[in-house]
Amino acid sequence: MANLALGAATTAASELASDDSSSNGFFGWLFSSNGFHPPSVSEFYPPALLFEGTIFEFNRIELARVIAAVVLMLLVWLVVRKAKLVPGRGQGVFEMMLDFVRVQIVEQIMDKENAKRFLPFLTTLFFAILAFNITGVIPFINMAGTSLIGLPIVMAIWVYFLYLGVGVKTHGLGGYLKLSLFPAGVPKGIYLLLTPIEFLQVFILRPATLALRLAANMMAGHLLLVLCFAATQYFFFEASGAMKAMSTVTFAAGFAFTLFEIFVAALQAYVFVMLSSVYINMAIEEEH
Amino acid sequence: MTLLSQAVIAAEESSQNPLVPAPYDILWSTIIFVIIVVVFMKFLLPKMQKVLDERAELIEGGLKKAEEAQAEAAAALEEYTAQLTEARAEAARIREDARSEASDIVSESHSKASDDAKRIVETAHKQVAAERQQALVSLRSEVGSLATELASRIVGESLADDARQQRLIDSFLNDLESQVDNKQKAEG
Repeated sequence: MANLALGAATTAASELASDDSSSNGFFGWLFSSNGFHPPSVSEFYPPALLFEGTIFEFNRIELARVIAAVVLMLLVWLVVRKAKLVPGRGQGVFEMMLDFVRVQIVEQIMDKENAKRFLPFLTTLFFAILAFNITGVIPFINMAGTSLIGLPIVMAIWVYFLYLGVGVKTHGLGGYLKLSLFPAGVPKGIYLLLTPIEFLQVFILRPATLALRLAANMMAGHLLLVLCFAATQYFFFEASGAMKAMSTVTFAAGFAFTLFEIFVAALQAYVFVMLSSVYINMAIEEEH
Repeated sequence: MTLLSQAVIAAEESSQNPLVPAPYDILWSTIIFVIIVVVFMKFLLPKMQKVLDERAELIEGGLKKAEEAQAEAAAALEEYTAQLTEARAEAARIREDARSEASDIVSESHSKASDDAKRIVETAHKQVAAERQQALVSLRSEVGSLATELASRIVGESLADDARQQRLIDSFLNDLESQVDNKQKAEG
């Protein structure tokens, strides 16, 4: 619910809310409801914490990312530092996740030799996306690091240059362009239609959809949660009678969506890494 | 001042398209992601991989060792079985040898015993024959004197009746017999 308050802080209405909080203290602020505020896009443009207006502007979403990154690296470091031949509990879980990325994602798509080559990056990608996604349901952070499109774009561009680079390295520039723009086994006339589509596909749609899918999922999840909890806050503290009972429904929905968001966080990490493997594999394969 | 704040708000409004990243968003994202990638790929994952490789090696080594041990055990078992078979054959041979040797010994002692018996019997025969010969010789030498004595007695006595004659002959023969007996006793 902190996100609700912080998100609402940018709107003019929050001025009133903060006035309320100053008169009634912390609990007054926590349990107050100043009308129902549906979530908006402004959720994703919180006030800057540092360097406002510059390229270094640092807001709570950046803070969430930094926290996610630090916690992720710390957790993995704690496991790796004491990694033994006979794994303990933490190492067992970490190894299970590593195995999941290797066996269930990458080796499903590539042969073992190529999988070994790209596994370090794809594993890193999986863990990073998972960490940035999961902050969306962590109390007091309540904002997925990937729900602001910059990070998904950076990761998608990384994958984009990776598969283009690998394709050119494997087949040469001409070979790779021919392979991806003029797929074999198609009548010549069809190329008029197919080549522009393939061009769009390889050079624009793949990275764009990677970034958009992830960001849109996380954004939608955040808005859903805010909606549920804002409604709960409103129904419970402001509405009366039968409407007050509605708060149980919205709270239950919020609870369910929190669980769903945990699932989506893992699912989107899986989808992103899976598609990245597919794109890389398409670039190194002879025929596709 | 209000103009400035309005301009800032306007700028914010225009940048509030969630599909267009703000420059600071890209900058921080890049910094954070690059740090994660470098830390993971240069430090954390290789270290973990080392442990995993070590374990795989250990397991493979263990499997190999177990396989070797099993092969060794199988070879040893084969060897022992062969040795056991050989030992059994040898024992059978030794038993067979002993049995044939025993039967040889038995038959040898049989033949030896029968030889001895034959020899003893032969010796006895020879002795008997020699004694008989000796008896014959001694009889021949004595019969003459005896006959002479008998004749002299017959002639010396009056041969009035048959009964008397008969008595005479009987007493002679008794003498003779006792004489032969005494002789035999003296010899025996």
